[in-house]
Amino acid sequence: MIQENRNQAWREELRKSMKTKERTDIPRVHMNELDPHYRAGNQEEVNRGLTAEQAVGESRRCLDCPNPACMEGCPVNINIPGFVKNIERGEFLEAARILKATSALPAVCGRVCPQEKQCELHCIYTQKLKKEPVAIGYLERFAADYEQKSGQISIPEIPHKNGIKVAAVGSGPAGLSFAGDMAKLGYSVTVFEALHEIGGVLKYGIPEFRLPNSVVDVEIESLKKMGVHFIKNCIVGKTISIQALEEDGFKGIFVGSGAGLPRFMNIPGENLIGVMSSNEYLTRVNLMDAANPESDTPVAKGKTVAVIGGGNTAMDSVRTALRLGAERAIIVYRRSEEEMPARIEEVKHAKEEGVEFMTLHNPIAYFGDEKGRVKTMRLQKMELGEPDASGRRSPVEIPGATEDITVDVVIVSVGVSPNPLVPQSVEGLKVSKWGTIEVNENMQSSIPMIFAGGDIVRGGATVILAMGDGRKAAAAMDEYLK
Amino acid sequence: MFCMNKIVSKENLSENVVKLEIEAPLIAKARKAGHFVIVKIGQKGERIPLTIAAADTEKGTITLVVQKVGVSSTRLCNLNVGDEITDLVGPLGKATHIENVGTVVCAGGGVGVAPLLPIVEAFKKAGNRVITVLAARTKELVILEEQMRQYSDEVIVMTDDGSYGKKGLVTEGIEEVIKREKVNLCVSIGPAVMMKFVSLLTKKYGIPTIVSLNTIMVDGTGMCGACRISVGGKTKFVCVDGPEFDAHQVDFDEMLLRLSAYKEEEKADHYKIQQ
Ligand SMILES: Cc1cc2nc3c(=O)[nH]c(=O)nc-3n(C[C@H](O)[C@H](O)[C@H](O)COP(=O)(O)OP(=O)(O)OC[C@H]3O[C@@H](n4cnc5c(N)ncnc54)[C@H](O)[C@@H]3O)c2cc1C
Ligand code: FES
Repeated sequence: MIQENRNQAWREELRKSMKTKERTDIPRVHMNELDPHYRAGNQEEVNRGLTAEQAVGESRRCLDCPNPACMEGCPVNINIPGFVKNIERGEFLEAARILKATSALPAVCGRVCPQEKQCELHCIYTQKLKKEPVAIGYLERFAADYEQKSGQISIPEIPHKNGIKVAAVGSGPAGLSFAGDMAKLGYSVTVFEALHEIGGVLKYGIPEFRLPNSVVDVEIESLKKMGVHFIKNCIVGKTISIQALEEDGFKGIFVGSGAGLPRFMNIPGENLIGVMSSNEYLTRVNLMDAANPESDTPVAKGKTVAVIGGGNTAMDSVRTALRLGAERAIIVYRRSEEEMPARIEEVKHAKEEGVEFMTLHNPIAYFGDEKGRVKTMRLQKMELGEPDASGRRSPVEIPGATEDITVDVVIVSVGVSPNPLVPQSVEGLKVSKWGTIEVNENMQSSIPMIFAGGDIVRGGATVILAMGDGRKAAAAMDEYLK
Repeated sequence: MFCMNKIVSKENLSENVVKLEIEAPLIAKARKAGHFVIVKIGQKGERIPLTIAAADTEKGTITLVVQKVGVSSTRLCNLNVGDEITDLVGPLGKATHIENVGTVVCAGGGVGVAPLLPIVEAFKKAGNRVITVLAARTKELVILEEQMRQYSDEVIVMTDDGSYGKKGLVTEGIEEVIKREKVNLCVSIGPAVMMKFVSLLTKKYGIPTIVSLNTIMVDGTGMCGACRISVGGKTKFVCVDGPEFDAHQVDFDEMLLRLSAYKEEEKADHYKIQQ
């Protein structure tokens, strides 16, 4: 299929229209960004996207390789050269269509995927030419945004409804992608969401300045137009049991309930006022709009805010703290910057905005004032030792080297565990020792009618993997129900 | 199957305490004594936890008893019959563990009396001797006495000013019972300070005690940790591990501090309501 597309006349012509040398001489495009000083004071999206001209220029860099390695780097095998070359010839809607054949949420993934570890890592520019890779993520976002703004979003034609009811538990990327695919196959789909908003982490976690809610809402609207039914404020396993859903006629259930349980470090003083999980902090600001004076929900605003961790969640928290007026916003991370799991772009943006990085530091205790509010944080200095099981060099303490820092808010962002609500409430559901739901290669659990995917299966993972799981589960459930 | 959380009846129990019956058939069916719900009023509202005081599965309603304390509870109390609650989710938390233990003293203060009611009922129905101690500042603030009498072998009312029942604190009422007869279990729900002192008292006498904690919450599903407290030196999330805990293991002083986390903001909010 992909080879066939590559052999189309227009594509061959396009390939020949420029010499390889001409293509590789083009420098990688720069994302248009808001000025760091300006943006650190508001929630506006930092990346502004590429203009059509920039996008076409960047797409010319792509060599349309016969064996596109970038696709191997993509967890869901998007036809990358296919969409990029359509951008080059100006067929932006067609580019979006190709993206959507594989990815249910290209506008989201174009913004939040760790491209530097996936497609762009495998790009021939990175691997062979030792140059900056084709900006695949920017181009993905460009095509998806173009379609969103065009007012010509293609709502897939829904075949005759087959009358079979299926449910998704959770409305994060996994649940939404599952719902979309099942609706396209003619099923009657109901999505149950515990919170009062649809979108999972895309809404309550990832901030507006990185992923505007409006981008997610467009996708949700499309699903609604396709007939997907959303029920908010309904916790499966609490409000309604899986058994009750079965009795109500649901023939298949997909669990995409995420990894919502925040981890703490269990060190002294962690329950002081002002110390909180990044989930709490981000939920207050993103879901509850706490920074808005109109909102009833409060949020702690500190002069000095320390965020513990080096992932995307930590970067989102520390940059949110700046936007809430922190004078000092510090990342405290126990390894070095190289080992940070956050997207490179988030680290870059955080630095530009004035975030301080204290790498090779690890908190060991917090101390409070007489009112129980955190006042000081004690940091242990670390150095890098031997690589551990994950291949990352593990940090070891430097004996006796500690430092006290005055803080008024501390945000703990050291990872999440799977949400236990569903696993606990379903008898006979096989769960791993980490609390994730066990599934086979078809995303099917130990109970045949229950499928699962996303963070509830993988622990904290990524949007694209969750999305891919949702789609895979939909295909497999369709087979199962046939 | 899913409806709009409409308020079907409203009653003022005292000046600041309102009883609301709300249409929520799924919650009514699923809830057990000890469960709570999260309520949010308006688009910009806050998510607050409220323990379910009663439920009627036939009518498909749940009953909440709310005291005006902060901006959100005041918003809720200001709603009327026919109004809809913007967001209502539950039942949350673990249900009370009910068994026949012998004699149970149930001690409630303030609006804590409301969530205590289904527990009193359940313990009675499980065959226990139930003695209920109700505490309030003054006569007008004593609530649900009639209903409590229905399921209790004895009801002792304590008021701070002696305007009704006996003059004194809830602990004095409990101690009177302990001195008089064998008590196998104590259940206490009320303001955090009250539960702290009840816990200290029963610890002295070695009587197992359960408290239902009302911490600050956001999601109520274990997602944020806003509700965390220390129990037996370990951090627990009240919304999923509780809300009921062994009182003698709870670090009440830490909990009291944590409850004051947003005091400043709450004061500012009062102006909002007045405007
Ligand atoms: C702050 C933050 C930043 C991130 N940044 C990135 C990034 O840049 N790039 C990236 O790829 N990934 C990122 N991630 C990770 C990514 O968001 C997750 O991997 C992804 O959202 C998982 O999708 P999901 O559908 O499995 O679960 P979720 O998005 O977690 O959605 C699960 C939903 O299920 C609901 N739910 C849970 N239990 C029940 C129940 N019993 N009944 C009904 N509903 C229920 C929850 O309320 C939630 O809405 C980030 C995560 C966070 C927290
Ligand atoms: S309220 Fe969020 S974890 Fe308990």
